[in-house]
Amino acid sequence: MSLKTLTTGGLLCAALALPAAAEVKVGMITTLSGGGASLGIDTRDGFMLAIEQSGRTDLEVVIEDDQRKPDVAVQLADKMIQSEKVDLLTGIVWSNLAMAVVPSATAQGKFYLSTNAAPAQLAGRGCNARYFSVSYQNDNLHEGAGAYATQAGFKNTFILAPNYPAGQDSLTGFKRFYEGDLAGEVYTKLGQTDYAAEIAQIRASGADSVFFFLPGGMGISFLKQYADSGVDLPLVGPAFSFDQGILQAVGDAALGVKNSSTWSKDLDNAANATFVEAFEAKYDRLPSIYAAQGYDTANLMLSALDKAEISDEAGFGAALKAAEFDSVRGEFSFAANNHPIQNVYVREVIKEGDIFTNKIVATAMEDRANAYVDDCKM
Amino acid sequence: MTTTLILEQFLNGLQSGIMLFLMAAGLTLIFGVMGLINLAHGSLYMVGAFCAATAAAATGSFALGLVAALAGAAAAGALIELVVIRRLYDRDHLDQVLATFALILIFSEGTRWVFGSFPLYLDVPEALSGPVTLPGGIQYPLYRLTLILAGLAVAVGLFWLIARTRIGVQIRAGENDREMIAALGVDIDRLYTFIFALGAALAGLAGALVGAIQSVQVGMGEPVLILAFVTIVIGGIGSIKGALVGALLVGLTDTLGSVFLPELFKLFMAPAAATQTGASLSSMAIYILMAVVLIWRPTGLFGARA
Repeated sequence: MSLKTLTTGGLLCAALALPAAAEVKVGMITTLSGGGASLGIDTRDGFMLAIEQSGRTDLEVVIEDDQRKPDVAVQLADKMIQSEKVDLLTGIVWSNLAMAVVPSATAQGKFYLSTNAAPAQLAGRGCNARYFSVSYQNDNLHEGAGAYATQAGFKNTFILAPNYPAGQDSLTGFKRFYEGDLAGEVYTKLGQTDYAAEIAQIRASGADSVFFFLPGGMGISFLKQYADSGVDLPLVGPAFSFDQGILQAVGDAALGVKNSSTWSKDLDNAANATFVEAFEAKYDRLPSIYAAQGYDTANLMLSALDKAEISDEAGFGAALKAAEFDSVRGEFSFAANNHPIQNVYVREVIKEGDIFTNKIVATAMEDRANAYVDDCKM
Repeated sequence: MTTTLILEQFLNGLQSGIMLFLMAAGLTLIFGVMGLINLAHGSLYMVGAFCAATAAAATGSFALGLVAALAGAAAAGALIELVVIRRLYDRDHLDQVLATFALILIFSEGTRWVFGSFPLYLDVPEALSGPVTLPGGIQYPLYRLTLILAGLAVAVGLFWLIARTRIGVQIRAGENDREMIAALGVDIDRLYTFIFALGAALAGLAGALVGAIQSVQVGMGEPVLILAFVTIVIGGIGSIKGALVGALLVGLTDTLGSVFLPELFKLFMAPAAATQTGASLSSMAIYILMAVVLIWRPTGLFGARA
């Protein structure tokens, strides 16, 4: 299924009345069907909310569904660059898709603003002046979880993640700031749905806590089975398994679990309050971290467009790098390799009325950049 | 590694095998009797889980959820048999694969259209939640224990149906010679619809039972479908006994492999590398098992025909 949304200003009728008035064309490639669709839908909705709020009439956003397939994403990127002639690309959720699209897009002179995926390869040697990650560097949340585990005094943590590049990066990121011992280190199959074997290992390992990175449906399965197993060691994980959309499916099993995140809906700043209220009013659900990152990405782009023409590559790049916009994450700036410097928080899963959500309980790391700044020669 | 842990992992393997049997039984019956490759079997598993989640959310009763799963999946099965599958029996396998693959896409997008992209909530019933202590001091979730018993009960029921009832005689006859039983006056169309609905109901039941401890989401059936195909190939296509033995073999190999292979590699490798190599090899273990079985017995363990 392919969606194509044209937006000139906020109203569709206005768009129809003003054909081809767009001066800036943005291509959004994201996942709108299949298992990971909720992430892409939130990214799109957050992004489009900011565009709508800006009231700009000279901006067109072309949205396409990558179906979470790298080959589809590459085709879409080629189409957008060559026939749609977009000026800027954004929206990819998954790191493997980003690796397939970003290097060739930046090589063809296009800017790419990442709303989520930010693999180490693109932060270190593969960094590029036209590539900005507005979300984080992939390791950040895992580093935050490791820092929190150390602060919380955990001495013997059991860690597990799926056996694929992001999973391996996750455990590496956790270990970077975790100072205790490891009770066990397990790689699960990607897409695994039954964790009975791993939970039995956790029970037998003598661990005092568990760190897990299992995004999407894998996290739902793990949390439900863990809660039912009678093992009651404290759980720590990155925000991906505690996303607004996922929490409702996990239910009580997630209550009290600590997770690391760069954003939370209760983060106390004016931009965030406006964003959460407007998002809820427009879409009738609470925003997730993907929506927040989409929203920030659009606002960063808009702030740079106010200062420089997108055709003025150096000027536009400098305007992006200045990051003069009101981020929903509060203080926000870019490190030398175009990845954010920001706080990583610890959130706890709570129940507000009938809705499961998160609240911030601590700050794991302040003004964290990333481990790859020195590898980047721009 | 203690005996308790090994026993617990054995139970885990048994449980995953039994659930796999519910999927594989329907698949192997449909292939055995009708000669049809049904790729959409995983969609019926998903339909069962979604029906159960919806009914359980509306009524608050897990038991009613299970009834809804059985009824919903059987109805969906009967419907696609009447509308689509019926036209495919005389076509070759490639046409069947194409048409049932199209059904997967239709079911997935249809489910998304009705239920949205976010996973649904379905939880273990209160009475069955939490762990119990088994003899030998093993702490084991009561729900998983119930799954093993429920799956075994269904298996016994299925063997009884096939070995001892009139409909079972027709199914076995249909596997051997479908023209002959048609000539003997058995309404073959109705028999096919019944078998298809039965297979669908079993898949739906598995989806609902497993959905309570996993994630009820679009596309949840496809990974299980692949395992179910491996199972029936190992067991011998068309054989219910083969499906049971194959499912248990696959369940145990998969579970025990993922636990013990990394441990095995740690004996002679650095822990980090051993964990990764072990994990990679264990995800291949069931396919290696399949290859070994096929070399030894090209038609599977209990397969009669090639």
